[in-house]
Amino acid sequence: MMSLFAKFDDVRMALEGFKTLGRDPSNIRFEQILSPTEAVADGHSVLLFGTNNYLGLTFDPACIEASVAALRSLGTGTTGSRVANGTYADHAALERQIAAFYGKSNAMVFTTGYQANLGLISTLAGRDDYLLIDADSHASIYDACKLGTAEVIRFRHNDAEDLARRLRRLDGRPGNRIVVTEGIYSMLGDTAPLREIAAVKRELGAFLIVDEAHSLGVLGERGRGLCEAADVEADVDFVVGTFSKSLGAIGGFAVSDLPGFDVLRVACRPYMFTASLPPAVIASVMAALSRLDADRSLSARVRSNGRRLYDGLVKAGFEVGPEANPIVAIKMPDPATAGLFWNRLVDEGIYLNLAVPPTTPMSLSLLRSSVSAAHTEAQIDHAISVITAIGREFGIPGGNKTRVSEPA
Amino acid sequence: MTNKVEDIEREILDLLAKQLPEGTQVSAEMRIARDLGLDSVGIMDFVMDIEDRFDISIPLDLIAELETVADLCTAARDLLKGAR
Repeated sequence: MMSLFAKFDDVRMALEGFKTLGRDPSNIRFEQILSPTEAVADGHSVLLFGTNNYLGLTFDPACIEASVAALRSLGTGTTGSRVANGTYADHAALERQIAAFYGKSNAMVFTTGYQANLGLISTLAGRDDYLLIDADSHASIYDACKLGTAEVIRFRHNDAEDLARRLRRLDGRPGNRIVVTEGIYSMLGDTAPLREIAAVKRELGAFLIVDEAHSLGVLGERGRGLCEAADVEADVDFVVGTFSKSLGAIGGFAVSDLPGFDVLRVACRPYMFTASLPPAVIASVMAALSRLDADRSLSARVRSNGRRLYDGLVKAGFEVGPEANPIVAIKMPDPATAGLFWNRLVDEGIYLNLAVPPTTPMSLSLLRSSVSAAHTEAQIDHAISVITAIGREFGIPGGNKTRVSEPA
Repeated sequence: MTNKVEDIEREILDLLAKQLPEGTQVSAEMRIARDLGLDSVGIMDFVMDIEDRFDISIPLDLIAELETVADLCTAARDLLKGAR
């Protein structure tokens, strides 16, 4: 009989290949986390440039104190779902807070960001409806499509015209059209053309979901994300996001002004059949959200830090993503070079993410970094100089100062 | 535009030949993933080219079921006929 795991031979071989280059990139061990920007990994002191800790709030004293207080007064966990075991006062309070932050009338909190996408998208789109998703969508969006019953159509990444073509092909068919896009895309740090997508949505009649996982607290005057920055909040029917990045904990949410939204609580299986967030998490998220709401300099700082790293790497000649955002991806010539380069970076005290096909767009091999508001300019400049020095060992950058172009 | 399956097949094989290294032999019987060496993203991109060429949208669940180039041709023909 064949091994149950034989079907994963390709992925196993690929991982074994990376392990021969040094560390296992899928399983790096952090022995100590010293601050939002420093840790000890694999025996090396490293600067953290790959944690999506955009606002650097993981050690914020107010978040920690609120979390500890909730832990002591309410216990370690809720031990069940809200539908079965009930809602704690702070679940509802967090929902009111996140709804108010977005200026929307309804909010639902999920146990992870992944589940927020999985639940919202798979439940909203029914059998006769159509989901139109960006081709470079996050796995949680693709998995939501698999879980749901709607027909799923992919449009070319960040291409509003292609979306319009695909919507027009559906002319004459009944059913709702639901368009799904992301604020900042997690691999290259590029943003969706939301104004154009919103215009298509208005013209051709569709609902619009925007996943702000990587843009909450990063984009927009108030840190609400790309919808705010692009001034299309009124056109967006649902904003989805996560508490695990800028807000430094875990959990997901969806907000909306659509009447009747609350019925999702008894229709959405990834909400109903999982335990709700523990009190300590809810408490730290509420404190982090208050901090973001009160202190606009946080968002401004993560943006300027992102620009500093991006500009520094461009100046050094590296090929990077198309936009200066807090996700900065450096293009590598091939997966093996990317793996070796990544290991050298850890040796020299810089931790970032290795991203290789098929998880990357256009089959790119990337060293993906994410910048935090907590980074000092000196830390960013140090990272640039280490990356540049290791680049010289590898003969990278070899050619012109260019950016990874968007697919046509 | 024609709806004849052999014409669709010829066009799809032409598109495929352009996507693969020069000189790669392609035929309708070939399995898209195993024989053509395309990864999952590569297959998705190739399917998008076909969608553009024929002005159709191939639903995601249907893409997952396609095994051979011939399956893809049949799917394109059915969509052109408005069967789905």
